[in-house]
Amino acid sequence: MNAPISDREKALMGMGESRLRKEDARFIQGKGNYVDDIKLPEMLHMAIVRSPVAHARILRLNKEEALKVPGVVAVLTAEDLKPLKLHWMPTLAGDVAAVLADGKVHFQMQEVAVVIATDRYAAADGVAAVEVEYEELPVVIDPFEALKPGAPVIREDLAGKTEGAHGKRYHHNHIFTWDAGDKEATDAAFASAPITVKQDMHYPRVHPCPLETCGAVASFDPIRGELTTWITSQAPHVVRTVVSMLSGIPESKVRIISPDIGGGFGNKVGIYPGYVCAIVSSIVLGKPVKWIEDRIENLSSTAFARDYHMTGELAATADGKILALRTNVIADHGAFDACADPTKFPAGMFHIVSGSYDIPSAYCRVDGVYTNKAPGGVAYRCSFRVTEAVYLVERMVDVLAQKLGMDKAEIRSKNFIKREQFPYTSAFGFEYDSGDYQTAMDKVLNAVDYKGLRAEQAIKRADPDCPTLMGIGLVTFTEVVGAGPSKICDILGVGMFDSCEIRVHPTGSAIARMGTISQGQGHQTTYAQIIATELGISSEVIQVEEGDTNTAPYGLGTYGSRSTPVAGAAIAMAARKIHAKAKKIAAHLLEVSEADLEWEIDRFKLRGNDAKFKTMKDIAWAAYNQPPEGLEPGLEAVHYYDPPNFTFPFGAYLCVVDIDKGTGETKIRRFYALDDCGTRINPMIIEGQIHGGLTEGFAVAMGQLLSFDKQGNIQGNTLMDYFLPTAVETPKWETDHTVTPSPHHPLGAKGVAESPHVGSIPTFTSAMVDAFAHLGVTHFNMPHTAYRVWQQLKAVGIAS
Amino acid sequence: MSKTLVSMTLNGRQVEEAVEPRTLLVHFLREKMNLTGAHIGCETSHCGACTVDIDGQSVKSCTHLAVQCDGSDVKTVEGLANAGLLHAVQEGFYKEHGLQCGFCTPGMLMRAYRFLQDNPTPTEDEVRVGMAGNLCRCTGYQNIVKAVLHAASTLQKNSVAA
Repeated sequence: MNAPISDREKALMGMGESRLRKEDARFIQGKGNYVDDIKLPEMLHMAIVRSPVAHARILRLNKEEALKVPGVVAVLTAEDLKPLKLHWMPTLAGDVAAVLADGKVHFQMQEVAVVIATDRYAAADGVAAVEVEYEELPVVIDPFEALKPGAPVIREDLAGKTEGAHGKRYHHNHIFTWDAGDKEATDAAFASAPITVKQDMHYPRVHPCPLETCGAVASFDPIRGELTTWITSQAPHVVRTVVSMLSGIPESKVRIISPDIGGGFGNKVGIYPGYVCAIVSSIVLGKPVKWIEDRIENLSSTAFARDYHMTGELAATADGKILALRTNVIADHGAFDACADPTKFPAGMFHIVSGSYDIPSAYCRVDGVYTNKAPGGVAYRCSFRVTEAVYLVERMVDVLAQKLGMDKAEIRSKNFIKREQFPYTSAFGFEYDSGDYQTAMDKVLNAVDYKGLRAEQAIKRADPDCPTLMGIGLVTFTEVVGAGPSKICDILGVGMFDSCEIRVHPTGSAIARMGTISQGQGHQTTYAQIIATELGISSEVIQVEEGDTNTAPYGLGTYGSRSTPVAGAAIAMAARKIHAKAKKIAAHLLEVSEADLEWEIDRFKLRGNDAKFKTMKDIAWAAYNQPPEGLEPGLEAVHYYDPPNFTFPFGAYLCVVDIDKGTGETKIRRFYALDDCGTRINPMIIEGQIHGGLTEGFAVAMGQLLSFDKQGNIQGNTLMDYFLPTAVETPKWETDHTVTPSPHHPLGAKGVAESPHVGSIPTFTSAMVDAFAHLGVTHFNMPHTAYRVWQQLKAVGIAS
Repeated sequence: MSKTLVSMTLNGRQVEEAVEPRTLLVHFLREKMNLTGAHIGCETSHCGACTVDIDGQSVKSCTHLAVQCDGSDVKTVEGLANAGLLHAVQEGFYKEHGLQCGFCTPGMLMRAYRFLQDNPTPTEDEVRVGMAGNLCRCTGYQNIVKAVLHAASTLQKNSVAA
C-alpha cells in the first residue's frame, strides 16, 4: 500500500485529531454499565442508618424491631464490626475514621448502622425501624471556635495524642500544622516593603456532586475465598490494596472493578464507610450485597471540598513589583481527617500559591482543624488544594492592583515569570516546566478588546442612571498537576506512578490496559490516539481497558489531572518499547541493519526508499511467526512511568458581568477562556472538558454552598437547595488556546480537565468585585448569589 | 406487601407484571424490566437522569409510580434506536460530543426526543429552556445544545425527504 503520507496519517486517527468518542455508542443506547446496573444472583441490598444530630453519645441502639421487618436479613453496628477490627478504618490522610459510630456520632448523617435486606425497599423499611437513643453534646461547626481553649472535644479517641500523622497537635481539635517557604526572609521582606496589602477570605465548603452517587456491589465467594467488588472509585488499585490490608484477604484474591463511572470530580477518590460495610456484609452473609447512596447521603456524608479560611498578604514596591507573599489558612476538615492528598502533603499542593508570578520570598502555613461536620477536603476537580491556592493569589494580585491604582493586566505583566525564566524554581521550590504567560494574556485581552471594555465600564460608572454595575474579571493562573514523582508523592506508601500494558495482536490490532479509570474524560478514545501515533496502528482497532484490577497493571487512578501527564506518558513509553522491538523485526524482514531504517507514520522503510518497507501490521504478524533469532516472539510491553516532575498547565481567563443594581442578579455577559495544556491530543475532548470545568467553576462561584446551622444541621443537601446550574443559567463559553509543551513529558502534554475549574472561580470573583471596585470594595466571599450580591449593593448604598 | 398487576406498552412491547404499589417506575424499569438506561441521580425529580416518555410526555420516572403507568405507552432510551439505526437525537449527541460520563445522557436523549416533537425548529435559547429539567455535570451544556440543534436539523431534513 502506497497511499500518500497525509492519507496514511489521517487514517490512523492519532494525536491531534478531534476523533469522535469510542465510549458513546453504549451510553447513547442506554447500555452503559454503572455500579447500580450490576445485578447478581441472590444479591442483597444495604441501606445505612444515619445520625440525625451532629454530636452525641449513643445511649442505646436497638435492632430488634428492624430485624422483624419483612425482607430484612441483618443489621450491623459498630459492635458487630469490633471483633473484625473494622469499626474504625485508616484514612488516606493518616487519621482514622469511624466505619460505624463507636459510641458517639461526630457529624450529622454519620453512619451508625447498616441494614441488609432482600431488596432496597425492605432495606429502607429496616432503616426506619432501627431505634437509636442519643445524648446530645455541644456542637462546634466553626473552626476558629473549635480552636478555643474550652471548645468541645470532637475526637475523644485522640485524647492525649499531641502528635498526629503530620506532626504536633497543639489543641484537642487541631489536626496538623503544615508550612512551606522561608518564613524569616518573608517576614523581613514584609517589614521593609513600601507597600503591603492583606485580605481575609473564605473559600466555602462545596461538594463535587457527580450525577451518579457513590456505591458498591460486593461479592464474596466463601468457597474460593475471593472477593469481587464493583465500586464507584477513581482509584480501584488503591482500593484493592486498602481492602486487602483491612480484610486480611490476600491482594491476589481481591478484585476491584470500577465499571462506567457517572462523574467523579474528586468525590470518588476516598474510601467510604458504605463501601466497607457492603464488603463486610457480603463476607459475613456469603451473598452479594449492593449499596447505592442517595443524593442526600452523597451531599451530606461523602467528601466535600474546600472550606479554607485564608488570609493573604502581599508586599510590593510602590510601582507594583511583588516582593513577598505570606498566607495563613485555617482548614476545616470536619470530624475525621479524610482528605485525599499525597501522604507528605496534608494541604496538598497549596504551595503553588505563588502562582504565575516571580515572587522572591514566600511563606504559607495551613492548620487543619476538626469540627462537627462531615469529613473530607478532597480535590473537587483540581489537583490537591490548587484551586484554593490559585484563588488566593489571583485575588491578592487584584487587591494589590486596586491599592496601587494599577490595571489588573498591567500588574500581572509586571510580575509574570517570563518565558525565558523557564524552567523556573518558585520560592516554594516547585520547578515550573514551561510557560508563556504574557502571550496567553495578550491573546485574551486582544480577543475581547480589553481597552474597549474598560472604556465602556468607565462610561457606565460615571452614569448614575445606569441600571447595572459592570465588572471585568481577569485571571492568569498556573496549576501544578500530574502527581507525581514517587520520591515525594505517595498514597499509603504507594508511589504515584502510573502504568500501561500494550499488546499488539498478530493481525495488527492492539489492546491497552491502564492503571487509570475514566469518569467521562474519554480515555478509551484519547489513549488509543496516542498509541495510534506512536505505533502506526489505526486507533479504530485499538481497545483500551481500565478499571479492573485483575487485568490492568497497578496504577494510582484518575484525579488531579494526572491521567495524561502520568498514564499518558506510560502509554508513550510502553509504545516506544514495542516500537524498538518492531524496528528489530523490520530490519530482519528487510534484511538490512536497523540503522538503515526510518520510521514513517505506520511503517519502517529503508531510508530514502519508499518501495522497501514493512508496516506495523506486517511486523506484528512476523512477531508471532518469524521473529529474528534471539528475539522473543510476541509484541507487547508494560511500562510503569514515574514522572520526573509535575506539569504546570496555565491559562488566561476573562469574564464580564453585569449586575442589576436593584436585585443583585448577575448576568455573565462574556467568558473567554484560554488554556495552555501543552500538546493537545484530542481538541474536541479538550474543549468538552473545558466547557465542563468552566460550568462547575460557575456553579462554585455563583451558587454552591454546603452550610450548617449552629446545631450542625446541614442546610441544603438535596438538589432542591444545592446549586447545580441548568442549561439556562450556564453562560456560553468562548475557548482559545496556546501550546507550550512540557519539556519533560514524552508527549509534551500537561493535563487539562481541571484548569477551567481552578481558573474560572477566581475569574468570577474578580469580575464581581471589579464591579464594586470604584466604590472601595476589595473583596467579598463566594457564592455570589443574587441575595448576597444584593447585600453587597446595600452595604455600599446602591440598593435599599 | 400485596402486589398489583400493571400492564403497559414498553418500547412497543406489551408487558405485564405484579408490583408492590409503592414501586417507583424507575425501579420497575431498571430492576424488573432490566432496562438500566434510565438512571437515578437525585430521587427528587431535579436531575432528570431518569426521564422517560409516557403517553407523549417527558416524565421523571424516579417520582412516578409504576402503577400509574397501567395502560400507558412508555418509551425509554432503549427504545429510541429503530432496527439498529440510531435516532437523530442519539446521533446528534455522538457527533457533537454532547456527553462525557454518560450518566445524564439517557434522560437528556428522552427529553430531546420529546422536546423536538413539541418544537421541531427551536432556537438555541429555546433548546436551553426546553432541556432545563435535565442536569449535566460534565459538558457545560454547550455541546448538548448543539447536539439537540443537530438533531432538529436532521429531523427536519428527514421530514422534508419523506
